[in-house]
Amino acid sequence: MPVKDRVEMRKLPVEKRIRSFEEVALGYTEEEAIQEAKRCLQCPPRPCVQGCPVGIEIPRFIKKIAEGDFLSAYKIIKERNAIPAITGRVCPQEHQCEGVCVLNKLKKPTAIGALERFVADWALKEGVAKELAEKEIANRPSNGNIKVAVVGSGPAGITVAADLAKLGYEVTMFEALHKPGGVLMYGIPEFRLPKRIVEYEIDYLRRLGVDIETNVLIGRTYTIKDLLEDGYKAVFLGTGAGTPKFPGIPGETLVNIYSANEFLTRVNLMKAYLFPQYDTPIKIGKRVAVIGGGNVAMDAARTAVRLGAEEVYILYRRTEEEMPARREEVINAKEEGVKFQLLTQPIRFIGNKDDILTGIECIRMQLGEPDATGRRKPIPVPGSEFIFEADTAIIAIGAHPNPLIARTTPEIKVDEEGRVITDSELRTSMKRVYAAGDIVLGEATVIEAMGTGRRASQTIHRDISEGRI
Amino acid sequence: MVRQLFRLNEIVEKKELAPRIKEIKVYNPRIAAKARAGQFVIVKVGEEGERIPLTIADWDREKGLITIVFQEVGVSTYKLGRLGVGDVITDVVGPLGNPSEIEKFGTVVCVGGGVGIAAIYPMAKELKKAGNRVISIIGARNKDLLIYEEEMRRVSDELRITTDDGSKGRKGFVSDELRDLLNSGLKVDRVIAVGPAIMMKTCADVTRPFNVKTIVSLNSLMLCGMGMCGACRVEVGGKTRFVCVDGPDFDAHQVNFDVLIKRLNAYKAEEQLALKRFLEVKA
Ligand SMILES: Cc1cc2nc3c(=O)[nH]c(=O)nc-3n(C[C@H](O)[C@H](O)[C@H](O)COP(=O)(O)OP(=O)(O)OC[C@H]3O[C@@H](n4cnc5c(N)ncnc54)[C@H](O)[C@@H]3O)c2cc1C
Ligand SMILES: Cc1cc2nc3c(=O)[nH]c(=O)nc-3n(C[C@H](O)[C@H](O)[C@H](O)COP(=O)(O)OP(=O)(O)OC[C@H]3O[C@@H](n4cnc5c(N)ncnc54)[C@H](O)[C@@H]3O)c2cc1C
Ligand code: SF4
Ligand code: SF4
Ligand code: FES
Ligand SMILES: [Mg+2]
Repeated sequence: MPVKDRVEMRKLPVEKRIRSFEEVALGYTEEEAIQEAKRCLQCPPRPCVQGCPVGIEIPRFIKKIAEGDFLSAYKIIKERNAIPAITGRVCPQEHQCEGVCVLNKLKKPTAIGALERFVADWALKEGVAKELAEKEIANRPSNGNIKVAVVGSGPAGITVAADLAKLGYEVTMFEALHKPGGVLMYGIPEFRLPKRIVEYEIDYLRRLGVDIETNVLIGRTYTIKDLLEDGYKAVFLGTGAGTPKFPGIPGETLVNIYSANEFLTRVNLMKAYLFPQYDTPIKIGKRVAVIGGGNVAMDAARTAVRLGAEEVYILYRRTEEEMPARREEVINAKEEGVKFQLLTQPIRFIGNKDDILTGIECIRMQLGEPDATGRRKPIPVPGSEFIFEADTAIIAIGAHPNPLIARTTPEIKVDEEGRVITDSELRTSMKRVYAAGDIVLGEATVIEAMGTGRRASQTIHRDISEGRI
Repeated sequence: MVRQLFRLNEIVEKKELAPRIKEIKVYNPRIAAKARAGQFVIVKVGEEGERIPLTIADWDREKGLITIVFQEVGVSTYKLGRLGVGDVITDVVGPLGNPSEIEKFGTVVCVGGGVGIAAIYPMAKELKKAGNRVISIIGARNKDLLIYEEEMRRVSDELRITTDDGSKGRKGFVSDELRDLLNSGLKVDRVIAVGPAIMMKTCADVTRPFNVKTIVSLNSLMLCGMGMCGACRVEVGGKTRFVCVDGPDFDAHQVNFDVLIKRLNAYKAEEQLALKRFLEVKA
């Protein structure tokens, strides 16, 4: 039987997209979902399950969709994944579950992410998600008032807080910013992940009894030691990899050069696109250069388009093939008019007499031998320097873990990149302190933050219930 | 059991120190418990508010209060200024930044300009406590705008005053007084200057030929205050540093003030537009 084409998700038309922050991908209808689900071969080796960092029983839930039993599909996904409405939208599926699907041989892997999203959205819409959540809340055991602190409210912190609250612990979550959600809230834009979905998950935490304290910067407002002495039996660190890297080239402090974090935080968290109704300003030029090739770069470029930039370019030092961004977002960016300047490396920012950016000196690159990650290494082409005119630059070349906790808590060992070192069960070098997510992995993904978070919560529960701490 | 008297972030006292310069005491025991000289908070007023940094001018650990002194210059500070006793500030996070280095250095000159005087006050106080001889130079445009004179007198061995128009103390800038002081041959072990960027730059230029270690507390634009955005980055010693987590105090002789000043003006047009709109709507 010839394998049919993937059912592609409907998307907002481009003209509408570039003028609003509305979600771009519209999801499947029930018919579309069933049709796509029927494409899965239910192949016995099930490589897709191994491809998913949390091991969702993918063929099982897809089979239920094919049968029209969405409730069972939802329950199967929830066994392993607490936030399918989020991961269905943002997982880099082509590197994970879909990347190893046997149908890749025909270049038509099952659209696992889209199906997952469909089921999660269905459950939210039908009120099923809420019903199941209420049951979990009502059935919450009591655990002798044992207090646990969760630091950071991104996907790792959300997972640990929910797991431990369900086990009956009294969980307090501390977040430095004024709104919880981590990167899901301040980084990933509305047009890719509507904030109401993140808010739903946060609200669920509250109903599970988690006490969320915003505006608390651990390391400053309280130290880890304070928490341990203040009656918290264990402390979980999920503080992410939020400190932006700068290239370290001349001119990077010029006016109108942003880190992607600053740019996206102004827009997403502070709603600068509604300035002056909202007080936080943002500057958007006519010709914007975004430096980098990951999800963060695509998000910044597509946001710049929506803010009204006339021309938006991605400057990336390798080729499109090596770009770490989700494939879907690269396509979306192109559809929205983002242009790609590949094999291009900035070497100097140029400003006018007022130190306002006017251009970027770049050098052309060529690909050499594969490096440690297997990607071909870019090398500069001598004498190929040129000036790329730009009045706004957004730097999206990566981030490292925030050094604050390590600086203020020397007991917690970190590696040379600043990542917290843990044992295989996510215990840090400080007793009663655990960590997961980007602070341990470096820049990873939402589902990996969640997966490691789940393992950390299991370790915490075991260490407490077996009297180890 | 301590009875909770106030709500978190409630304003419990408010004073007008000078035209457009206000002092408020805010109930936030967790910040009051940790605050040290040189640190700041980030506040946000209302759902639509922006995050702005303000120095912790004083604190009362027992009562759980922090003191903030601010000048109304734009939308966010105007909004804060309109809150009264009993109102709650939507968001306050802190204490942020590294505490100032407080040791026994010997003779320390504390230079404060404008609202910077309120920021230098806790430093002068702690330096005095640490056994230093503290000479303070404070200045403002005119005598009506001079704040914290009595407070500074209390924590200084010697207090000198300047005003741009000569309405009080010496006519001139704090940097002029600093230059004369250094020229007089007095042995100074350290200078600390807090105020407008241009004032700190001038002070750095004044002390450079004398080779006196000079510390400034930088007031770059900020957004997150926790090292997550890089909005506050400055060039110090040729390297990019984040004021909110690597500072705010830096060696004045290493700071590229020109870039700092240019970056402070990045949103001038937007700020003026927003203030105009705010004053029209709220008038
Ligand atoms: C713009 C952008 C787009 C991305 N797109 C994708 C995508 O499409 N798919 C994908 O899978 N991944 C994506 N990622 C990566 C993904 O978001 C991260 O891997 C994930 O969020 C990490 O989760 P976390 O819980 O470890 O940390 P985070 O989400 O970073 O959350 C950490 C939280 O801790 C808080 N915090 C930090 N320090 C302290 C402290 N000292 N005290 C209190 N609170 C503190 C922070 O404010 C933050 O809220 C993207 C990242 C960015 C920045
Ligand atoms: C560490 C630090 C401590 C400070 N302490 C004090 C203090 O104790 N008292 C006080 O009156 N002021 C202090 N400031 C300055 C204060 O933050 C600004 O005056 C305030 O942000 C202006 O906001 P606005 O909306 O009222 O004015 P706007 O009209 O928006 O801005 C006026 C000017 O203030 C500066 N500014 C604007 N936005 C910011 C921002 N987000 N972060 C920093 N500066 C900004 C710019 O130079 C701008 O041109 C401090 C700044 C820093 C960095
Ligand atoms: S969680 Fe992510 S990787 Fe796992 S099945 Fe869902 S989309 Fe695929
Ligand atoms: S690998 Fe592909 S075809 Fe096989 S079970 Fe998984 S999704 Fe279905
Ligand atoms: S204000 Fe965001 S890094 Fe300093
Ligand atoms: Mg402002």
